[in-house]
Amino acid sequence: MQKIKLTNKTIFNIACVAIVVILLGYLQATEIENSYAITIIERSCIYAVAAVSMNLMIGFTGQFSLGTAGFMCLGAYITGIFTMPIEIRDQVYYLYGMVSFIHNIQVPLVVALLISGVIGAIIAFLIGWPVLRLKSDYLAIATLGFSEIVRAVLGWDGLGKITNASYGLSNIPAFSSIFQAVIICGVCIALMLLMINSSYGRAFKAVRDDDIAAEAMGINLFKTKQLAFVVSSFFATVAGGLMAVFLRSAATSTFTVALTYNILLMVVIGGIGSVSGSVLGAFLITAGQEWLRFLDKEYYIGSFKVPFTRTGFRMVIFSVLLMLFVLFWNKGIMGSKEFSFDWFKNIYISIKRRIRRKNNA
Amino acid sequence: MTISYFFQQLLNGLSLGGAYALIAIGYTMVYGILRMINFAHGDVFMMAGYFAIYSMAAFPWQLSLPIVIIGTIVLGVVIERIAYKPLRTAPRMSVMISAIGVSYFLENLANYLFTAMPQSYPQIDILKQIHTFGDITVSRVTIIAPIITIVLTFLLMTLVNHTKLGMAMRACSKDQDTARIMGIKVDRVITMTFVIGCGLAAIGSILYFTDRNTVQPYSGSLPGLKCFVAAVLGGIGSIPGAMVGGFIVGICQIAITAAGYSVFSDAFTFVLLIFILIIRPTGIFGEKATDKV
Repeated sequence: MQKIKLTNKTIFNIACVAIVVILLGYLQATEIENSYAITIIERSCIYAVAAVSMNLMIGFTGQFSLGTAGFMCLGAYITGIFTMPIEIRDQVYYLYGMVSFIHNIQVPLVVALLISGVIGAIIAFLIGWPVLRLKSDYLAIATLGFSEIVRAVLGWDGLGKITNASYGLSNIPAFSSIFQAVIICGVCIALMLLMINSSYGRAFKAVRDDDIAAEAMGINLFKTKQLAFVVSSFFATVAGGLMAVFLRSAATSTFTVALTYNILLMVVIGGIGSVSGSVLGAFLITAGQEWLRFLDKEYYIGSFKVPFTRTGFRMVIFSVLLMLFVLFWNKGIMGSKEFSFDWFKNIYISIKRRIRRKNNA
Repeated sequence: MTISYFFQQLLNGLSLGGAYALIAIGYTMVYGILRMINFAHGDVFMMAGYFAIYSMAAFPWQLSLPIVIIGTIVLGVVIERIAYKPLRTAPRMSVMISAIGVSYFLENLANYLFTAMPQSYPQIDILKQIHTFGDITVSRVTIIAPIITIVLTFLLMTLVNHTKLGMAMRACSKDQDTARIMGIKVDRVITMTFVIGCGLAAIGSILYFTDRNTVQPYSGSLPGLKCFVAAVLGGIGSIPGAMVGGFIVGICQIAITAAGYSVFSDAFTFVLLIFILIIRPTGIFGEKATDKV
C-alpha cells in the first residue's frame, strides 16, 4: 500500500479547510446575527463559479465569449422549475397554469442543478456550431446576442405555461445551510480546476497562445473550442441555478448584459487566466460593493452637507476603481499565476536571506 | 393589414433605422481604424440624450443643438484619450475590456447624476409637427430622420474618399505602422474618427429620443449593441454598409413589433447577426479579408 506523504502543502491545505469549516460553522450557528455576512459569502461563491466558468473561456481558451448571463438565466429558470414545491406551483402560475407533464416533478437541488447544467451544455453545443467559428470580437457580440435571445424566449408569453413568462418564478426553496452553497460552489470550481490541469486544459492553453501552431501540433481547433464552451456553459448554467436558489426567485430582468459585464470585471480584476484570481475577484467585488455602501448615504457635519455622497455615488467610485485597474494593472491581482502556499515559503526565505545579509554586512 | 398601416410602419421603421444608421457609422469607423468594438458608444449616445435635456432647459433649441453635438464630441474624445489611448499597444482584448469598463462607468455616472428615473426628452416643436397624408399621420422627425441620415452619409463618404483626412483614415485602417512611417499623425486621425463618430451619435440621439420621449441611464446599452449588429450586417468598416444595415435593423424591429411579437424585437436583431455571420461573415458591403500567419 502506498503511504500517504504528509508534505507541508497538504498540512496547510487541511488547516485551511478546517479554518473555513469552523468559520462557516460559527456563521451558521449564529445565523440570525450574521445573516448579512452569510448572504455576502453565498453571493460571492456563486459569482466565483460564474467567474471561473467565464475565465475558462476567456482566460484559458482565449475566446472572448460573453454569453454567461444568458446561460445563467437558463439555469435559474430550469432549477427554479424543478425545485419549486409542488403545492405552491398553482399559486405561482396562477395566470398561465403550469403544464401537467412537469407539474408534479420535484427533485432535490443537486439533481435540478445537474439537469440545468446538462441542458445548458446541450444548448452550448448546438449554438457553438455556428458561433465558435467566429473571431474574437464577432464571437463576443454573437454570444452577447445569444444571451439577449435567451432572455426574450424565457420571457415570452408562448412559454408561459413553463416559464411563467414575464412574471418569473418565486418561492424557490433557499439553501438549507451555508455549507450547501459553499460545498456545491467548491465542487464546481474544483472540477473546472481539474479540467484545466488535465491534457484538455493544456490543449485550451495551446489554442489560446497560438491557434495556428496548436492546429499544426494536431489539436482539433474547433473541437477544443467546442469542449471549452460546453464545459464553461455547463458551469455558468449551474451558477445561474444557484443564483435562483440564493435569490429565491428567477426573473429575466436579473440576467441582463450588465451581469455579464460585472462577472467579466471580476475575471479581469482577479487576473485573466487564473482560477484563484477569479475566485478572489468575485469575493473582492461582491464585498467591495458592500463596503462602499457608506458612500450612498448623505452626511451632515452640523448644517454642512458632505458633498457628492448620495444614492448612486458608490457605483461611480466603484467603476472608477475598476477603470484604474483596467488601465494601470490590466494583468489583475494574480496575473496568470495560481495561489500557492509556496509563496509564503518564498517570502519567508527571502526575508531570512535579507536578515542574514544584513547581519553579515 | 391595410396599405396605409403598412406605409405608416415603414416610415416608422425608416426613421428608427436612420437613427440606428448614424450610430452604426460611429461603430464602423472606430472598428475600421482601431479594430475594437467601442462598447461605450451606446452610452455616449445615451449621454447625448441627457445633454439635450439639460441644455434645452437653459437655451432655445437652435443654440442647444450645437451644444449637444459639441458636448458629445468632447465626451467621446476624452474617453478615447483616457481609456483607449494608453492601451494602443496592449492586446485587443484589454482594449475591449476597457471599453466595457467605460460603458459601466457612464451608466453608473448617469445613474448618479440624473437618477435612475426616466426623464422626459424635450420636445422641439419644429420636429414634432404632425403631417397627415391620407390615412397616414407622422411627425416631421419621422420624415426628416432618413433624409438627414442619407445626406450625412453622403457627406461623410465624400470626406473619406476625396479629402486628405479621409485618405489618412483609409491609410490608418489598412496599416497603422506604415501610415505612421508615411508621416500620418495616427493619433490625430483616431481623434478625428471619434469626433465624427460621436457627432453623428449626437444627431442620432436627437432623432431617436424625439420619437421615444424618455431617457434613462440604460437606454443606450441595447440600441448600442443593435447598432453594432447593423454595422456588422452592412460589412464592418464600410460607411454605406452601416447605413444600409441601420435601416434594415430598424425596419425589421418595427416590422416585428407591428406583427405583435414585441418581446422578440430585440432578440431578432441578434438572430439576424448570427445568420449573417454564418452566411456572409464580411457583411453585405464588406471586403473579403485574409488573415496572415
